[in-house]
Amino acid sequence: MNTILNVTDLSKNFGRLTAVDTLSFRIEKGNVYGILGPNGSGKSTTLGMILNVVNPTSGTFSWFDGTENTHQALKRVGAIIERPNFYPYMTAAQNLRLVCRIKEVPQAKIDEKLALVDLLDRKNDKFKTYSLGMKQRLAIASALLNDPEILILDEPTNGLDPQGIAQVRGIIQKIATQGTTILLASHLLDEVEKVCSHVLVLQKGKQIYFGKVTALTTDHGYFELNATDIEALQSTLNAMQSIETTELRGGYILAYPNTELSAAALSKSLAAEGIVLTHLAQKHKSLEEQFLTLTQNQQA
Amino acid sequence: MKRLFLIEFDKLRANRSSRILIGAYFILLTSIALIAAIKFDIGPIKFHLAEQGIFNFPYIWHFNAFIGAWFKIFLAVVIVSMTANEYSNKTLKQNLIDGLSKREFLHSKWVMIFAFAGISTLFIFVVSLILGLMYSNYTEISIILKDFEYLLAYFVKHVVFFAFCLFLGTAIKRSAFALGFLGVWQMFEGFCYGMLKWKSPSWVDAEQVFRLFPLNAMSNLIPEPFTRLSAVRNLASQVEVEVIKNTNVQFWDIVIVLVWTFIFYSLTYRLLKRRDL
Repeated sequence: MNTILNVTDLSKNFGRLTAVDTLSFRIEKGNVYGILGPNGSGKSTTLGMILNVVNPTSGTFSWFDGTENTHQALKRVGAIIERPNFYPYMTAAQNLRLVCRIKEVPQAKIDEKLALVDLLDRKNDKFKTYSLGMKQRLAIASALLNDPEILILDEPTNGLDPQGIAQVRGIIQKIATQGTTILLASHLLDEVEKVCSHVLVLQKGKQIYFGKVTALTTDHGYFELNATDIEALQSTLNAMQSIETTELRGGYILAYPNTELSAAALSKSLAAEGIVLTHLAQKHKSLEEQFLTLTQNQQA
Repeated sequence: MKRLFLIEFDKLRANRSSRILIGAYFILLTSIALIAAIKFDIGPIKFHLAEQGIFNFPYIWHFNAFIGAWFKIFLAVVIVSMTANEYSNKTLKQNLIDGLSKREFLHSKWVMIFAFAGISTLFIFVVSLILGLMYSNYTEISIILKDFEYLLAYFVKHVVFFAFCLFLGTAIKRSAFALGFLGVWQMFEGFCYGMLKWKSPSWVDAEQVFRLFPLNAMSNLIPEPFTRLSAVRNLASQVEVEVIKNTNVQFWDIVIVLVWTFIFYSLTYRLLKRRDL
């Protein structure tokens, strides 16, 4: 009962181009999912298919354990795709009322959601008079009208100024802390790293990783070191069994362990060799570095 | 049904140009009444159009249905632009994401088609009834109730025409081009008629084939009413031209346009269903 979306072998061809290639993943209630991938990797096409606007070439997906057909299920979903699409000649309140009619939810929440995104004082202004940041915030208000069980966001901060980005991120984080399931597509890695618990990595339409963000980022990490005698440090490290490789970068030695190795243990064994450390830091690869490693492995 | 109507009504009501066009349409429909005011009074020549029998029951149903149908292009522009705008504003995509099915979207447009055709028919009925009661020489109930098939033809003619426009708006996605195409199509039908008359083998009845073309079938629904007018008939008999034209609503013409209505509906749905947004 906790499965919100189940995708099996979903593919989409545009002519000879395969935009999405046999994707399979499952979205469970309560998690925050990210879809990562460079531009043109099939993120929007994937979302388009599960949102009923792009016809899949093959494969299936089912919402809420397949108990409802897609358009009924979408009434329980909130989604924002790329650019905010509203009727330019209608006011914010009129646009939201139309969404309420489509989703068959009461209109009582319009003001509440407009207040949440800080647009209540502009509710009777026409959509075409809005700035891009305001349009994006209105789209969020619209997606939240039905208190959705899952919120789907496609590049929600695209094209916004830093202030707008901060506002939109703040809103997303607020929603995530309330326990709403979120599916966020983005090519901005730090955005995904900040809010997501799970990640789906796409490249050229292929799924190259699906799982927890922590599983992707926790490898053995690496150490950044410096000592009074940097050459002796490097040769000592190279001689150690638990160290795979070392490199000199930016005045520091970077040491990559091949097993679980604590900073304390490393410091102790180095001291035993007579090395006096002036700097020791244990580091993990960021999602960005992991992502680049993943995509490069695929290309190789 | 009510939900679909309210969705479409909200979209229409907020759109200023649609409001203006719809307003202009009904003002023009009412202006048929102004024909009654055509009056010449130059010395010995006294001519009052309203007294020439054009407002007599049951002829008035035919006359007003024929004239009133000319103005439907105003509503056609509204339908085409409201449909094309759903594509250019990408609001069709948003509607689908919000949980409207493609079938429901199409039906919300069809509710508008039926509403336009129905209100227009009701309006022409009321205008004709009032004009008739004012100017007709006969106001017996049995005569008033005659020839109602022209109102039925009027309704069907509007539905099929709007269905054609909805299809063009969906297919072409640009209102100006869709309306332009409507004009081109009209010329194309004329061209086909010419070719049929000129080139078709003797066993093909050009008139009967031409009857199947959509715009021609629509215009056949309500034949021109003028040759029915006694004044015109008198004139014709004086110059010894026999008027044998059939000016009734033909059953087969209704069938032909109903088939077209179904074709336009199905093609529009197919387009909606197949296209990626």
